[in-house]
Amino acid sequence: MVVRIHIERNSYFDSVALMVVAAAANRREGVDLAALVMGTSANVELLRDSGVWGDRLEQVAPSDLIIAVRARDEATADETIRFALDQLRSATPAPASEQATLAPRTLRTVLRTAPQANVVAISVPGPYAPIEAEEALRAGRHVFLFSDNVPIEEEIRLKRLAQELGLLLMGPDCGTACIGGLGLGFMNAVRRGPIGIVAAAGTGLQQVASLIDWFGSGISHGIGTGGRDLDRRVGGLTMAAGIAALATDPATEVIVVISKPPAPEVAERILTQVATCGKPAVACFVGGAAGTCDGVLVTRDLTEAARAAVQRATGRPLDDIALPALEEARARVLAERNQRAPGQLYLRGLYSGGTLCDEAMTILTPKIGAIHSNVPLSPELRLTDPRTSVGHTFVDLGSDEFTVGRPHPMIDQTLRIERLQREAADPSVAGIVMDVVLGYGAAPDPAAELGPAIEAARAQARAGGRALPVIVALIGTRADPQGYDRQRERLEQAGAIVVPSNALAAELAAYLVA
Amino acid sequence: MSEKIQELLRGTPEVVNVGLELFARAIREQGGAVHSVEWKPPMVEPATAALPLFNDPAIAQANQEAVTRMMRAQPVVIGVARARDVIPGMTERTFLHAGPPIDWAHASGPLRGALIGAMLFEGFAATPEEAIRKLEAGFVELAPNHEHSAVGPMAGVISPSMPVYIAVNANGENRAYTNFNEGIGKVMRMGAYAPEVIDRLRWISSVLAPLVGRALERSGGIDLRNIIAQALQMGDECHNRNKAATSLFYREIAPYLVECDAPASDIAAVLRFINSNDHFFVNLAMVAAKVMADAAHGIPGSSLVTTLSRNGTEFGIRVSGLGDRWFTGPANVPRGLYFAGFGPDDANPDIGDSAITETAGFGGFALAGAPAIVQFIGGTPADAVRATLEMYEITVAEHEVFRIPALDFRGTPVGIDLRSVIRTGILPVIDTGIAHREPGIGQVGAGIVRPPERCFVEAYRAFERHYLTAARPGMEAAERTAQ
Repeated sequence: MVVRIHIERNSYFDSVALMVVAAAANRREGVDLAALVMGTSANVELLRDSGVWGDRLEQVAPSDLIIAVRARDEATADETIRFALDQLRSATPAPASEQATLAPRTLRTVLRTAPQANVVAISVPGPYAPIEAEEALRAGRHVFLFSDNVPIEEEIRLKRLAQELGLLLMGPDCGTACIGGLGLGFMNAVRRGPIGIVAAAGTGLQQVASLIDWFGSGISHGIGTGGRDLDRRVGGLTMAAGIAALATDPATEVIVVISKPPAPEVAERILTQVATCGKPAVACFVGGAAGTCDGVLVTRDLTEAARAAVQRATGRPLDDIALPALEEARARVLAERNQRAPGQLYLRGLYSGGTLCDEAMTILTPKIGAIHSNVPLSPELRLTDPRTSVGHTFVDLGSDEFTVGRPHPMIDQTLRIERLQREAADPSVAGIVMDVVLGYGAAPDPAAELGPAIEAARAQARAGGRALPVIVALIGTRADPQGYDRQRERLEQAGAIVVPSNALAAELAAYLVA
Repeated sequence: MSEKIQELLRGTPEVVNVGLELFARAIREQGGAVHSVEWKPPMVEPATAALPLFNDPAIAQANQEAVTRMMRAQPVVIGVARARDVIPGMTERTFLHAGPPIDWAHASGPLRGALIGAMLFEGFAATPEEAIRKLEAGFVELAPNHEHSAVGPMAGVISPSMPVYIAVNANGENRAYTNFNEGIGKVMRMGAYAPEVIDRLRWISSVLAPLVGRALERSGGIDLRNIIAQALQMGDECHNRNKAATSLFYREIAPYLVECDAPASDIAAVLRFINSNDHFFVNLAMVAAKVMADAAHGIPGSSLVTTLSRNGTEFGIRVSGLGDRWFTGPANVPRGLYFAGFGPDDANPDIGDSAITETAGFGGFALAGAPAIVQFIGGTPADAVRATLEMYEITVAEHEVFRIPALDFRGTPVGIDLRSVIRTGILPVIDTGIAHREPGIGQVGAGIVRPPERCFVEAYRAFERHYLTAARPGMEAAERTAQ
């Protein structure tokens, strides 16, 4: 080992700069110790203690730079000193135009730079979501709360707070909304028009809005309330705020209310509110009773609600408001039915939208009998194992039991394709029904995944001597980013029968087992 | 009908997206305006009943009160005294130390070294061996500085006859105390106790401290907050870099020193000592911060953190609304640069009361104004700015007095909110010196460190319990009965 001491007279460097270079020098091959310090008495003492010493160190001034190196040989030590001097003197490279910014981690920080933002969309896990939602409300912002699994006591508390502050809290568990033409969550590209919707059912809102577009009209706003808003404990706080908002909104001429059948007293309150709001109104309690109540038309399926709303908005006769190519679809279904083998007895529904699954079961049960499900119409029809179908089985693949740790079928088809393969192998299956929901937020090209899977399923059934009709309710509009016609064509190529109405898909499916 | 909802329906919303990026993309695809929050899960999953505490206006108000007291506290150093004579609760056998409570058996190397040094300095022992024997036998009572209105850097040991500065709050009632800075290298605060260390301490107490004390009295007190505010605009963050603040203090005190009727050689020695020690001011920065933090302590319902401190073994924090209870976790080893001949293996875990500076809204929280410091961790000036920006996410206010030129003179982030730390998972950034893990060696480097999560998680649990029982009287009694 040798020790070399180099002194640069009157050369001040910041101690931190010296330590940076010293750290690099110490990493060099053959270097035992490299020290770069200014010649203060304290530093000289430090060097003495660490055993690098030379007599010249007796006569240094605080403004002198000391480079002391202990290395395996003189050449290494000298090179290291040269290296250190080069490092110190080398011009600092121009900083790569690095922006000293930090991605904002809190709502407060974002609102500091974007105070004009007026809606906060929240999709963090349920146990934490109320913290974010309350911060947004207290900051005077409306909230779109996609998160589910929010404790109901928190939902009630937050909705009361929103009410007190005069703000709109859509959700929790709100999948869809459309405010002033801007879709929040999962929403279709729907033309703007005179029909305002308040919905406690996300895919229900998407279906009705899309059909309104198909029928040539449009929507002013679609306000989501979250699936539990009409629970007796919550009492429809957001629904009431939504109806009141649409009642005074100049762009809204007709109001549509959508939900699963609510508790009777909540239903009554809602119907009274819409009946007296001064605008024509349609209510759809999916699967509930149909009729007229206080002058409000109550429908049981979404397609009827859309038709009735368009009729009220445009004054066109109801018979003119219909879907094209109905007869063609019916003919194809009947043709497929005629190829079925004995023993093909049951329908299987593979849904991504809970409301759509519900609607299909409601329409089909009177026609084909009991349907088993993970979201059954009556408790005794609950599947013991949601992964195994029994008789007629319709599953909501967007339910928690399927989506824990797996992507939702609205954004990824893997879950549905797995189930489709299993159903195709079952010789008792007479046909498959499914929804494919397009729009912003949804999978960019669902037909590209589902098409080949449907082809394979049908081929597998054919190999077993069976026909396997597949009926798809393709929910969306021609303006959706996925391209409605392209999606339909791809699915039809695969052999699917494609219609834009979920209720219609269910009615067609009934023929397969009737 | 709500005017705000009507207004919402009149236009097209502008959205802040918290959570799935998918939804922000969907809005952008429609040509909508959207801003994203980079949300991360909190450190703990709160009890459902405790969710309201995160946005409770009463807590926000208590925190506002606390942070206002912190910012408006006006620490003025007025003089010097013998520790025993002024520090509340101190006896002739009390040794104060940095960080949360600890005993000799659990003390780290540098703290043991400093305690040995103090035994020698006080004349309680003639040799290190004797000091160790007596310390093991409990000859002195150990107590945290923080529990006695005091702070000290690194080991932070204050023994009864050491001289301490007295700082008062000119805008309040409280006072705080700290010891004198000894310089760098082999010093007692880093755990060194060699004869030269003790000799320097004796010179400090016989020459430096009395003269500085007399000069301070002549000056009528020096406003420390003013010096810190200026130094923060001159490249210091007043924790690991005190060049500007030391110079400013030197300018203030020099004429009063000269006016003291003392031998010119003593005055020159004092001035030379101050001038040769870039960290001379750090103890004053700390005592100022302690005055500020104590002014904010004890506000009922407040979740403001009023102590961040380490004893070399554990990191401890205290919270304004949770009384004098410590919440601790194992101290981390700082990341940093080392002096010649030393490396990470030599480093002791984090030690010192100096994180009181971060507690009061400077130090690491003002890194944006002290870019030289980030070189300790191989960083760039942009990293320094980011460090400060990150601290705004966990603090209650922007400082009224401490401002940062690099951020358009924005006030420094001040007043750590326990709730924000839990919510964001962002831990305070702390500048620090690094002491050798063995006693007797001293400082080996400097760097940057963060507290262990556990302190905050434990404090949060206590805060949550407190909140729930306060919100529902009678529950505390029920809980006790259940136990």
